[in-house]
Amino acid sequence: MPSIRQNAHSDVLPDFRNLGVIARVLLGVNLAAIAAALLLARDLAQGADYFVQSASVLEPLLLACVLALAAASPLLGRLAYWQGCAVVLAIVLALTAAAQVATSALPGTQPDLARMLAMGALASAALLGYFRLLAKAYSPALTEARLQALQARIRPHFLFNSLNMVLSLIRRDPKRAERALEDLSDLFRTLMSEPRQFVPLAEEISLLQRYAELEQLRLGDRLRIVWQLDAAPLDALLPPLVLQPLLENAVHHGVEPGTGPGTVLVRIERRGERVLARIENPYIEEQQRRAGNRMALDNIRERLLLFFDAEARIRTSTADSVYRVEIEIPYRIEAPASARTGAA
Amino acid sequence: MSLRVFIVDDEEPARSRLKELLGDIAAEVATSVVGEAQHGVEALERVPASGAQVLLADIQMPGMGGLELAQHLAGLEAAPAVIFVTAHDRHAVEAFELNAIDYLLKPVRASRLAAALRKAMASAAPGREQLARAAQEPREYLSVVERNRIVLLPVRDIVFLRAEQKYVTVRTAAREHLIEEPLVALEREFAGRLVRIHRNCLVARAAILGFERNPGDDEAQWLVVLAGVPDKLPVSRRQWPAVRELVAEKP
Repeated sequence: MPSIRQNAHSDVLPDFRNLGVIARVLLGVNLAAIAAALLLARDLAQGADYFVQSASVLEPLLLACVLALAAASPLLGRLAYWQGCAVVLAIVLALTAAAQVATSALPGTQPDLARMLAMGALASAALLGYFRLLAKAYSPALTEARLQALQARIRPHFLFNSLNMVLSLIRRDPKRAERALEDLSDLFRTLMSEPRQFVPLAEEISLLQRYAELEQLRLGDRLRIVWQLDAAPLDALLPPLVLQPLLENAVHHGVEPGTGPGTVLVRIERRGERVLARIENPYIEEQQRRAGNRMALDNIRERLLLFFDAEARIRTSTADSVYRVEIEIPYRIEAPASARTGAA
Repeated sequence: MSLRVFIVDDEEPARSRLKELLGDIAAEVATSVVGEAQHGVEALERVPASGAQVLLADIQMPGMGGLELAQHLAGLEAAPAVIFVTAHDRHAVEAFELNAIDYLLKPVRASRLAAALRKAMASAAPGREQLARAAQEPREYLSVVERNRIVLLPVRDIVFLRAEQKYVTVRTAAREHLIEEPLVALEREFAGRLVRIHRNCLVARAAILGFERNPGDDEAQWLVVLAGVPDKLPVSRRQWPAVRELVAEKP
């Protein structure tokens, strides 16, 4: 893990290996090129012409820059922000110069070196500025606030029912009562701990199991949980409290309101470079649309987006009276660059 | 003589905890548990024959919660007193306070339970109106008491309700029942599901198939055709514009 920094937020370079970042770079530069072409041209047709002409130099250069930055990403992550910016600029300018030299032999008029370098520098500066603002908007402080909001969301109903359950065990089965209180303590310790950026999957699974243990005592035969964790990558990193609220929802909306027994499935596996988590519960129509369910889902979706950008997915579906939530995140055992600030 | 108590809660540990507590306070308030149930529907089957004097009922239960359960039991001649028990339900608690209905918070304290039981012995069971005001959501069932048995009529099966003098006829596809609730209160409770077509009649929106001209009657020019029953009911001139609009909205 990176070193602990005291300040709540410091600037970071984007993760140049992230698909979302790459897409934004490609889109941003091409939009600027279109705007420039239109500005120079007399009409739309000529503008299109200019853009196509410039594309023959621009696109290979752009791709080369993106590839070089992706390759340099681990190095950039280790540098201080301004040093990193300087390196990014140096890479872009070096490639621009190389492109100019390589294409100067081609027929047709090419822009001179100074103009190309200036354009490269401007585009880099504009994009770095954009990513800096984006990172600020999603600063760890904000993420932390969102996580705290989620943590505070633990249902009071669950707490009081669990305490009542422990009370009922104390005389009949003191050992089990002790275990239940230990589980409850662990659960609340996690819920009340300092928000962290990432936890290993093993920790989140242990949280799931403690929660499940308590619900099992409370609901008895009505709750059946099937665990499929053999292929779970225990070292994978993920934001905390991504899976527990989903299991809680599954029990609260899928099992508790049913008069008969209900089965909840928890399946976590690694598939190539992706981690897939799936939670299923019996579908009880009015329950699933309740605001509480959607709120937890929105919160988790938002946090996954913050941490993994376009590379995380969360899907819900209903089939054969089973409600299913699936989460797909990249398999990472090191925190991504874009989430490296804040309390580690 | 001991007080006959019936316990309804969907969680087994919660029921055993209440039994433990009743044992603890036996010297103060002598009780005997005459029955237990896991949810409202089960309780309705068992409570009338159990002779229970007091019901300890959880609020959030699958199928039928405590508030609806109490409303159906209020129709019994010897309706038991009800003490609601809830872990945390801000809205329900507010409603109880407003309507002076007794409740206990989980985890329950022995002394509070004893006090609530003594109070329940002394005062009358909460009335149906009082309970209906405290309920947050429309009931899932209407109920009819037949020879000290409570028969449940699922609200989704209702085709129409028609007021006739003292009673309201509940028509389902299968049969007719008479209930003693005012049509106005039913209209308010089931506003989303039932629509008024006449001074004395509410029909289920979902059951409306279409309309037919009513030849010769000036007071009601249209008849509504309903699924599942042969009756064609007149739509009063006054209700016609509203009915037509509601039905046009139907998905």
